[in-house]
Amino acid sequence: MQRGTQWEVVIGLETHAQLRTSSKIFSGASTAFGAAPNVQACAVDLALPGVLPVLNKAAVECAIRFGLALGAEIAPRSVFARKNYFYPDLPKGYQISQFELPVVKGGTLTMLVASGKSGESAYEKTVHLTRAHLEEDAGKSLHEDFHGKTGIDLNRAGTPLLEIVTEPDMRSAAEAVAYAKALHALVRWIGICDGNMQEGSFRCDANVSVRRLGAPLGTRREIKNLNSFRFLQQAIDYEIKWQIETIEDGGSIHQATVLFDPATGATRAMRSKEDAQDYRYFPDPDLLPLEIAPAWISAVRANMPELPAEMRLRFERDYGLSAYDAVALTASRETAQYYEDCVAAAGKGSSKTCANWVMGDLSARLNKENLEIAAAPVSPGQLAGIVQRIADNTISNKIGKDVFDALWNGDGPDADAIIAAKGLKQITDSGAIEKLIDEVLAANPKSVEEFRAGKEKAFNALVGQAMKATKGKANPQQVNELLRKKLAG
Amino acid sequence: MILNPIQASLKELAQALGTKAISSVELTTLFLDRSERLNPTLNAFITLDRDKTLAMARAADVRLATGETGPLLGIPLAYKDIFCMEGWLTTCASKMLANFVSPYDAHVVEQFKKAGMVTLGKCNMDEFAMGSSTENSFYGPAKNPWDVRRVPGGSSGGSAVAIAARLAPAATGTDTGGSIRQPAALCGLTGIKPTYGVVSRYGMIAFASSLDQGGPMAKSAEDCALLLGAMAGFDPRDSTSLQRPAEDYRRSLEKPLDGLRIGLPKEFFCAGMSDDVRSAVDAALGEYRKLGARTIEVSLPNSGLSVPAYYVIAPAEASSNLSRFDGVRYGYRAPDYSDLADMYCKTRAQGFGAEVKRRILIGTYVLSHGYYDAYYLQAQKVRRLIANDFAEAFKHCDIIASPTTPNVAFEIGSKSSDPVQMYLSDIYTTSANLAGLPGLSIPCGFGAGNMPVGLQLIGNYFDEARMLNLAHRYQQATDWHLRMPEEL
Repeated sequence: MQRGTQWEVVIGLETHAQLRTSSKIFSGASTAFGAAPNVQACAVDLALPGVLPVLNKAAVECAIRFGLALGAEIAPRSVFARKNYFYPDLPKGYQISQFELPVVKGGTLTMLVASGKSGESAYEKTVHLTRAHLEEDAGKSLHEDFHGKTGIDLNRAGTPLLEIVTEPDMRSAAEAVAYAKALHALVRWIGICDGNMQEGSFRCDANVSVRRLGAPLGTRREIKNLNSFRFLQQAIDYEIKWQIETIEDGGSIHQATVLFDPATGATRAMRSKEDAQDYRYFPDPDLLPLEIAPAWISAVRANMPELPAEMRLRFERDYGLSAYDAVALTASRETAQYYEDCVAAAGKGSSKTCANWVMGDLSARLNKENLEIAAAPVSPGQLAGIVQRIADNTISNKIGKDVFDALWNGDGPDADAIIAAKGLKQITDSGAIEKLIDEVLAANPKSVEEFRAGKEKAFNALVGQAMKATKGKANPQQVNELLRKKLAG
Repeated sequence: MILNPIQASLKELAQALGTKAISSVELTTLFLDRSERLNPTLNAFITLDRDKTLAMARAADVRLATGETGPLLGIPLAYKDIFCMEGWLTTCASKMLANFVSPYDAHVVEQFKKAGMVTLGKCNMDEFAMGSSTENSFYGPAKNPWDVRRVPGGSSGGSAVAIAARLAPAATGTDTGGSIRQPAALCGLTGIKPTYGVVSRYGMIAFASSLDQGGPMAKSAEDCALLLGAMAGFDPRDSTSLQRPAEDYRRSLEKPLDGLRIGLPKEFFCAGMSDDVRSAVDAALGEYRKLGARTIEVSLPNSGLSVPAYYVIAPAEASSNLSRFDGVRYGYRAPDYSDLADMYCKTRAQGFGAEVKRRILIGTYVLSHGYYDAYYLQAQKVRRLIANDFAEAFKHCDIIASPTTPNVAFEIGSKSSDPVQMYLSDIYTTSANLAGLPGLSIPCGFGAGNMPVGLQLIGNYFDEARMLNLAHRYQQATDWHLRMPEEL
């Protein structure tokens, strides 16, 4: 095989999103996470003899919301099927899923994919969905603490899942991650999934293949159960490299299911196609076909929130934001809400400043403290107070950061109170500033000399001295102007 | 005491209880004594529990003492051991569940408890309701009280034996391909399988979910009508349960039959039916004509496909339904195994009987990749054709009549080496299950060996009241249903 040929990567994702219903998909047991083993498993979840499943309407509603958000077809009639296999944490010996007739068909998700070395340039990518179907989760097998035996916890058994399957549309790990992030944001946005990846509420399987440009699709391998975006990226990158090397070394790819080991960063085959199970799918005779009337869809549609794509366009249009900023501010409903509350309080003229603050200092501090925006100690109104005082020259942008810190630490009720209490009001009296500059010039003859000799750097040093002398309170623009005038005079 | 409790109708028992002529404890003790005495011979019951039963009878007596009345209050009832009952062993006649004490009540059990019925015991059956003779029971075969060398039919054979031998006034059964009607016929009883969806399947251990339907078995159509009223009704825990207004199935028992059209499927009245069965059925049809009904020929052209279609669909569903019996959470687990796969294999190899394993194998095969279309999908299409045949026939007649079985009860062991021969005893009954239609069997005489013969009536959807009307009018004119085997 010739080395150095151009390879194209083909990726499709299957995502399991745990639906945010209070009870299970086919029983009345609670879906809350973290309870003692098996206390949230009722007779139906335990698959006692004689019990029967009853479909949870709330789970169907989640699927409808999802379909509407992606512009997909919501099947007027879909069918639950049994996927038969034996495993100790699968109590019935089959999983109730959907096979031939899923509840959601088609739909698209469009997202920005960062590219370039530091992600400064971005391009738009649309991923097509094949389908999304409802199914139940299995329980958990616990291999620790049982002295060589296996413990079974069926609390998770019967938890509703939406399995979301894409077409093989993605061409790089970056695109796959961008899709997964956009999907993650969307399911949270429409309130159908809490997105908690540590708890397994959102997990991805990646189907990866490679081909030489223009060649037919290669053989795919499926990487199972990736529960972080970082693992998704690492696993796909490793898999791509492995597949290309294997082919270039004269080998071939065999269809297989593989697992990613975060410790080694490598994937390894779990089972090959030859020992793939025959699941003997057939329509579940305990459940009638699921029929969704147009009226139900209309009712769900009436309760849908504004979607991120629409909101992003509105932000660009109404607030004069760049596409990049609009995407960042619509990353989650909470972020968008925070931003809109902030602009409402600060005035529409400050929309860009508000955007800078939310994406800048606020976001950085939240990251540092590992907080969600909803838990930010600085409210949108408080942040708007800072923005307003900068806009009316009461404080400089730099002092604004101090006020922000003070509000974060709870030093006062609002920006004005902190400015007053700490005496942070900007010095704008030109007489006072002139006097200050005279003192700075007198104290720094060397810098003055250097500036006159053509060193622009020396000017900055003088500005810095002036700002330092006022603890940053002097209006920097006035300092600049007066200093230049003095030095020129 | 004028009342002879073992021959009395449920109505007479309720009257006796209501007038305090007899207490529930007295009545129940009488049946318990008979059951304990005769069960070693007949093997009708898997579980008899005198203490639990009498506690229920005492509770019924308390209700009666407060002046409460009810058509079933204080009357004992036997249950096929497929109905989950809280605190009772519920085995499905399988080694797999020989240690399973149910923590909950089936919907049917709840209904009868509310009505104040007293649980007399849990009846023998074919393992997981798979069989037509009750020979496939982990607990050994039940015996036909008309001739203990013969089978009582199945799978609800223990229920039929209990009533026929007058160990119980009535019993519950389930019918997937004839499992109420066939044993009722072979034991000289009345039994009805309602329209699919009328009786909740919640707590009734599943054999073939799309075919299973619970129903009552008793001495007369009138008793069945009363029991069905208590069993039926919407249950939100069963998605296939139908939301319909409650019915009094006794409302038209006495209605005259003038002008009623009884359809006789020509495909059923042909070779394969034994002469003794044919003459009993012919005589019964003659009786109906005397009662004012007309008999006309109808056709069910695809009925010959019903047994093959049934033996694809039922095993397919069973193979999946029985997967939960894996030794992990309850029931039998093999004592020695090397790893997980070995645990599954040994548990299921040791826990299931031969017929259950045979059907799991058939079902697994017909659902397998590459065979699904040829078997399962094809059988579903046949099922649709069979339902269409009935829809067409019901344009020309009000009710369909046929024998319930092609022969009277056979001898224990005579068919057990030939499963296909055994499956063919369901030839007249499976099509009602495939179409979801109600079917009923009433005794209509005696054939070879002086064994009972059953007449089957199949009605249109939700025509149970009319079927019971036909059965009741016949039982007013004849006394086959009152005959009982000689005291053992």
